[in-house]
Amino acid sequence: MSPSPSLLHLAVALDGTGWHPASWREPVARPRELFTAGYWAHLVAEAERGLLDFVTIEDGLGPQSSHFLDPDERTDQVRGRLDAVLIASRIAPLTRHIGLVPTAVVTHTEPFHISKAIATLDYVSTGRAGLRVQITARPGEAAHFGRRTIPRIEAYDSPGAQELVTDLFDEAADYVEAVRRLWDSWEDDAEIRDAATGRFIDRDKLHYIDFEGKHFSVKGPSITPRPPQGQPLVTALGHQTVPYRLIARQADVGYVTPHETDEARAIVAEIRAEQETAGRSEELLHVFGDLVVFLDDDPAEAAARRDRLDVLAGEPYTSDARIFTGTPSQLADLLGEFQAAGLTGFRLRPAVAGHDLPAITRGLVPELQRRGAFRTDYEADTLRGLLGLTRPANRYAAA
Amino acid sequence: MSKPLKQIHLAAHFPGVNNTTVWSDPEAGSHIEFSSFAHFAKTAERAKFDFLFLAEGLRLREQGGKIYDLDVVGRPDTFTVLAALAAVTEHLGLTGTINSTFNEPYEVARQFASLDHLSGGRSAWNVVTSWDAFTGENFRRGGFLPQEERYSRAKEFLATTQELFDSWHGDEILADQASGVFLRDAKAGSFVHTGQHFDIHGQFNVPRSPQGRPVIFQAGDSEEGREFAASSADAIFSRYATLKEGQAFYTDVKNRLAKYGRRHDQLLILPAASFALADTDAEAEELARTVRRQQVSGATALKHLEFVWNRDLSSYDPDGPLPDIDPDVSDNHISKGRAQVRMYRDPLATAREWRELAAANNWSIRDLVINTGNRQNFIGSPETIARTINAYVQADASDGFILVPHITPTGLDAFADKVVPLLQEQGVFRTDYEGPTLRHHLGLAHPDDVQDEQRVAS
Repeated sequence: MSPSPSLLHLAVALDGTGWHPASWREPVARPRELFTAGYWAHLVAEAERGLLDFVTIEDGLGPQSSHFLDPDERTDQVRGRLDAVLIASRIAPLTRHIGLVPTAVVTHTEPFHISKAIATLDYVSTGRAGLRVQITARPGEAAHFGRRTIPRIEAYDSPGAQELVTDLFDEAADYVEAVRRLWDSWEDDAEIRDAATGRFIDRDKLHYIDFEGKHFSVKGPSITPRPPQGQPLVTALGHQTVPYRLIARQADVGYVTPHETDEARAIVAEIRAEQETAGRSEELLHVFGDLVVFLDDDPAEAAARRDRLDVLAGEPYTSDARIFTGTPSQLADLLGEFQAAGLTGFRLRPAVAGHDLPAITRGLVPELQRRGAFRTDYEADTLRGLLGLTRPANRYAAA
Repeated sequence: MSKPLKQIHLAAHFPGVNNTTVWSDPEAGSHIEFSSFAHFAKTAERAKFDFLFLAEGLRLREQGGKIYDLDVVGRPDTFTVLAALAAVTEHLGLTGTINSTFNEPYEVARQFASLDHLSGGRSAWNVVTSWDAFTGENFRRGGFLPQEERYSRAKEFLATTQELFDSWHGDEILADQASGVFLRDAKAGSFVHTGQHFDIHGQFNVPRSPQGRPVIFQAGDSEEGREFAASSADAIFSRYATLKEGQAFYTDVKNRLAKYGRRHDQLLILPAASFALADTDAEAEELARTVRRQQVSGATALKHLEFVWNRDLSSYDPDGPLPDIDPDVSDNHISKGRAQVRMYRDPLATAREWRELAAANNWSIRDLVINTGNRQNFIGSPETIARTINAYVQADASDGFILVPHITPTGLDAFADKVVPLLQEQGVFRTDYEGPTLRHHLGLAHPDDVQDEQRVAS
């Protein structure tokens, strides 16, 4: 089901000092504070000031790198990061409306642990939690765990690589399925506190999930009761058919990276077809476009800033997502075009967090509001509510 | 001149999944909502406690093949709650119980180092082990660890996380915007660990945290557990809150420190302790009796007996005599996911002893369970409790206590308001925090300083 086309949804993707590798060198960047709670609190407060739907927080189980699959030895870029779920939780009591969507790497972690962690984030934030699931094919990260080896991908289009990636995404789908079942493993009214019989819970309203998959099995039930949203938001980024299938089967929000409107239209069509195949055509599934943004009042200034950062980085910045350089008004035009092509929202990646995030909240948002394309106040108390998603029925509850 | 008075350490255990937690009281609030945790933590911080403590359970307990429904059931995720509590407190230490069996060192080290950064140096880890396949059914590992391997895995797990914490020294991040050098050393975080349980290498991606390493707690009373604590822990969470048992445990564990080159004050001994506090001693005695009856309903008493009998006793009358049949001494099949079941090492002897006790006192099943378990450690007026706690600490029965109130989340309020000021007047408890980190509160040196000291000494 496609959401109503009037308002668009906006998220920002937070990653260190910003998505440009030289962003930390900007005067606004505060790189020495990256590992403090105050740094993240400041960014998320700014995003909430702009009435954004949610923030995502990037994560990884190894050092950042300029190579896709291997660590590098660079000392001129930000290295090191804190656990994203814990950052989100640390910020939750300091915010009131904005959704908090940390990244979890599903290849090496436990679905039982992440299920209760995100359920708890939902309690801590009173209904504003989400999860962005991510796989990793880095052999080095597998070596940090030592439980499995992941063969090095030599050529992305080789059958071996395709097989590996498909297997990792199938595992991610299993992971999300186990997590979702765990969230439902307590019915909403399972806690009864019946003093007459001495029973704290009605155990008939707790359910074993009995998940069996290729890589793991989980018995359940969760140790954490069903979270306030019932099902916190599940999100994933995809660039091709295999991850689109994960989005279509399991996600509430998929992030995609079209560079042109025709491409956006094709991707949305593919995801909607997969959604139908998965039997979810009646469910609301958002498809958000990811864009890296350099925003300034003067387009030349934005372009000059990008050039300046590229010189500092020693190479032109490239990305999987389209890189936008220009004014908030120009970006609003572009988002409108993408929206007309079927995208229901956008996850903007600020090139420099300290500069481009305020440019989004104080420049782009008012511009979208003037056009009647964005909310003027938070209209719901939960993240699902902000995105127009209803609170789902519990799959185990007797009808 | 008399010996200077020892300073008392106090901590607060959030009441949870345990039959000492009274959920039926009208004052009892949520065990899940964050507002409960925030209230509890703020009370502990108002009282200048050293830290808040969270226990753990990774599978819902079962009895007779069904989920146990008489106690509080359910709890939130430890790390996630502690990170959120860091936002509503400034000084309070944040101690989480995390199992070394159903986790991997790289991830746990990342989480504790992150928590330490996000709390400004207030994280602590209570390292526990588990071996049972029952809990393992929720995890990839699938299950189980041979029982004899649980300490060897725990030891290697802890040593591996320490290697990861130490893989950053603390001076690597230059973040010099002018020169463009972010990292002083491209190899920061490099590690190689090869051992029986873990064979891992690479680069740890969380820079050194304010405390260097989280404070390490250990619980566990076996010979191996005591050695493990003496060799590697900063504090031990014991269950001996009585004077004589406490002193025996204290002496035993402190005497083990020397062989690891550690001083007496490098391991704190902190028993869990419950209390019944009222305006007068007589009122407190009455409160204590009431709470014990709230903690042990008839149904709970029968279930408690089943831990020993290892049989379904649901047909018995809790207000009647004890069963005259003997316990089933085959492998436990009645109770799953409970630590306390293992406390009854000789069920036949326990049953015999209990039957004799009940007969001699004319006790019903419920009377027996009330009178043999869960007696509050400290009962009395604020003056009595303050005096007793201080006397125990000065007599080396412990270095302080981890208080376990029976009500969520207000169970600590009266203690904070009435007992703590008396301890402060006696000069045995802080009136304000001396420093920002949990290591400061506990009087523990920063690990880098300890290493320097050992280098100088050797």
